[in-house]
Amino acid sequence: MTTNLLRRKKDRIDDLAASGGTSLAADAFKRMSRSPIAIIGAVITVLFVLLAILSPFLAPKSPYIPYDELKNNLRPDSIPGPMPGFILGSDQNGYDFFSRLLVGSQQTLIVGVVATLIGVAVGMLIGGLAGAVGGWVDALLMRFTDILLAIPSLLLAISIAALFSHGTQWTVIIAVAVVSVPIFARLLRGAMLAQRSSDHVLAATALGVRRTTIVFRHMLPNSVGPVIVQATLTLATSIIDAAALSFLGLGDSDWTRAEWGLMLGKSQGLLDVKPELAFYPAIAIIIVALGFTLLGESLREALDPKNRR
Amino acid sequence: MLRFIVRRLLQAVPTLLVLSILVFAWLRLLPGGPAGALLGDKATPQKLADLNHVLGLDQPIFVQYGKFLGRILSGDFGASLISGDSVLAEVGRAFPATIELAVFALVLAIAFGIPLGYAAARFHGRLIDNATVLTTLIGVAVPVFFFGVLLKYIFAQKLGILPPSGRQDVTIDATHITGFFTLDGLLTGEFDAFWDAVKHLILPAIALASIPFAVIVRITRASVLDVQSEDFVRTAESKGLTTPVIRRRHILRNALLPVSTTIGLQTGLLLAGAVLTEKVFNIPGLGYLLAQGIERRDYPRLQALLLLAALVYVIVNLLVDVSYAIIDPRVRVR
Repeated sequence: MTTNLLRRKKDRIDDLAASGGTSLAADAFKRMSRSPIAIIGAVITVLFVLLAILSPFLAPKSPYIPYDELKNNLRPDSIPGPMPGFILGSDQNGYDFFSRLLVGSQQTLIVGVVATLIGVAVGMLIGGLAGAVGGWVDALLMRFTDILLAIPSLLLAISIAALFSHGTQWTVIIAVAVVSVPIFARLLRGAMLAQRSSDHVLAATALGVRRTTIVFRHMLPNSVGPVIVQATLTLATSIIDAAALSFLGLGDSDWTRAEWGLMLGKSQGLLDVKPELAFYPAIAIIIVALGFTLLGESLREALDPKNRR
Repeated sequence: MLRFIVRRLLQAVPTLLVLSILVFAWLRLLPGGPAGALLGDKATPQKLADLNHVLGLDQPIFVQYGKFLGRILSGDFGASLISGDSVLAEVGRAFPATIELAVFALVLAIAFGIPLGYAAARFHGRLIDNATVLTTLIGVAVPVFFFGVLLKYIFAQKLGILPPSGRQDVTIDATHITGFFTLDGLLTGEFDAFWDAVKHLILPAIALASIPFAVIVRITRASVLDVQSEDFVRTAESKGLTTPVIRRRHILRNALLPVSTTIGLQTGLLLAGAVLTEKVFNIPGLGYLLAQGIERRDYPRLQALLLLAALVYVIVNLLVDVSYAIIDPRVRVR
C-alpha cells in the first residue's frame, strides 16, 4: 500500500521533471507542428526555396534571350499569349514569360535573404554592443538607431537608393537592408537588457564567470528569439519593399533581370495589353510574403513564454 | 502638463539636429556632390569648380554645415531643378493633397479597423476571428502600389464607376480656398465639386489604408484579448455591472491605449505609402513630388521633402506622447 503510494508520487514528480526538461526551442517546435498556420507558412517557404534552387533546371527556355517567334509578334497593343513551347507566351520584350517567372523565384529569394542577412548582421552588431557594454556606448548607439527609425522606412530606402546614380541589384539590397538595421538593433538590445537583470546572469556573475563568456554563452543565446522572428517577417517586407523601389524606378537598371519585383514594377503600363505580366509576379510575391509572414507570426507565438503549456 | 510638453519638445531638438547632419552628409554623398547634382549632364570641371565656389563648397566643412543649417532655419531650400520654382512653394502647394488623402485613408482604416479588431477578439477562435486574421495577414503581404493598380484596373478601367486619376475632374469649375478640395467644396457650397473630389479620393484612400487597416485590426484584437482577461474585468463582472458597460468602459477604453500609439506610428507609413499611391493615381501631392524628384534626380527638392517628412514624423510622435499623457495620467510623472 505504502509502496504503491510512493511509486505514484515518484511517477508524478518524474513526469513533472520530464515536462519541465524540454527546452523552449523543442517546446516551440512541438507547438508549431500542431498549428495549421505554421504548417502552411512552412510549406510555402520550403516550396519557394526548392523552386528557387531548382528553377534554372526547371525553366523550359532561357529567361535571358528574346525568341524570334515571340518578338516578331510583339505589337504595341498586343503581346503574344500562350503558344506551343511557350506556356505563358511572351513578355513585353519577347522573352519567355513562364521561364522568367520560374527563375524570378531565385532572384527574389536572393534579394530577400541577402538584404535580411545584412540587416540582421549589422543590427545585431549594434544592438549587441549596446546591450553588452551599456553606458554611453548604449546611449550613443540607441540615439543613432532612433534617428533612423524616425524616418519612415520606405523614405529611408528611397533616399539610400537615390545615392546610386546607376541602380544595380545591390542598390536595392542595401537600401532595403539599412531600413531593417535599427529594428534588429533595438530588438536585440532590449532582449539583452532583460537578460542582464535576470537571475541566471546574476548567478553567473557571482560565480566569477568572465564577462565575455556571460555575454556570448548566457545573454546572447537567450536573446536571439525575437531577432529570429523579426528576420522571418523581414524576409517578406524586404521582397515587398524591393518591388516598391523597382516601381519607383530606383531599382535595378538592368531591366532584363528576372526578378519578381522588377517584373511587376516594369509592367504597370501594360495592364490593358496583357495583365498577366503584372498579375503573376504580384501573386507570386504575395504568396511568398504571406508564407514568410505566417511562419514568422507562428514562430513569435510559439516562442512567447506566455503561451507555454 | 505644460511642463511635460515643453520637456518632450526639448527632447526632439537633438534628434532634429542629428537628422539635419544626416541629410547634410547625404547631400555630400550624392553622385557628383551637390554641384554635380545641380549641373547634371552639363557638368564640366570648370563649371563644377565655379559652382562649388558659388555654393561655398570650397570652405571648411563646419562652415558649410553652419550655412546649410542657417538656410534651412530661414526656410530657404533653394529652387527645384524641374520647375525652377522655389521648393518651399512647391511643397506648400502639394501639401494639402497629401494631407487630404492621408486623413481619408486614416479615417477609413480606423473606422473599419477598430470595430473589426474588436469583433475578432470578442469571437476569439471562431470563424470571424480566423477570417479577420487571415485578411490582415494578406493585407500586409500585398504591395501597396500593386493594390492601387489593381483597384484602378477593376473600378476605373473595367467597371468605370470611379475616376482613375487626379484630384478633381477638369470639367468642374471649383473655387479653391484652402487647397483641400473636399473642404473647399463644403465651404463654398459647391456640392458637386465636393462629391467629385470625394469620388477621386475613394480608390487611392482604400489603397493607402490597406496596411494601417491591417495593423490597427491586429493591435486592437490583441489588445482587447489582453484586457478581457484582466482582473478588473472580472471584478466589474462580479460587481454586477451590465455587459455593455463593462465592454465600453472597462475593456474598450483600456484596450484603445496601445491602439492610439499605433495610429500615431502609422502616419510615417502613410507618408511613405503616399509616395506609391500618388504615383499610381497621379495625385499632385508630396509623394508625387518625391517620385518625380527621384526620377529626375532633383536633389534640392528631395532634401526638403526628406527633412519635412522627418519633421512631421517627430511632431506626430510628440502629439502621440501628449495624447497618451492625457488619456493615461501616469505617463506624465516619468
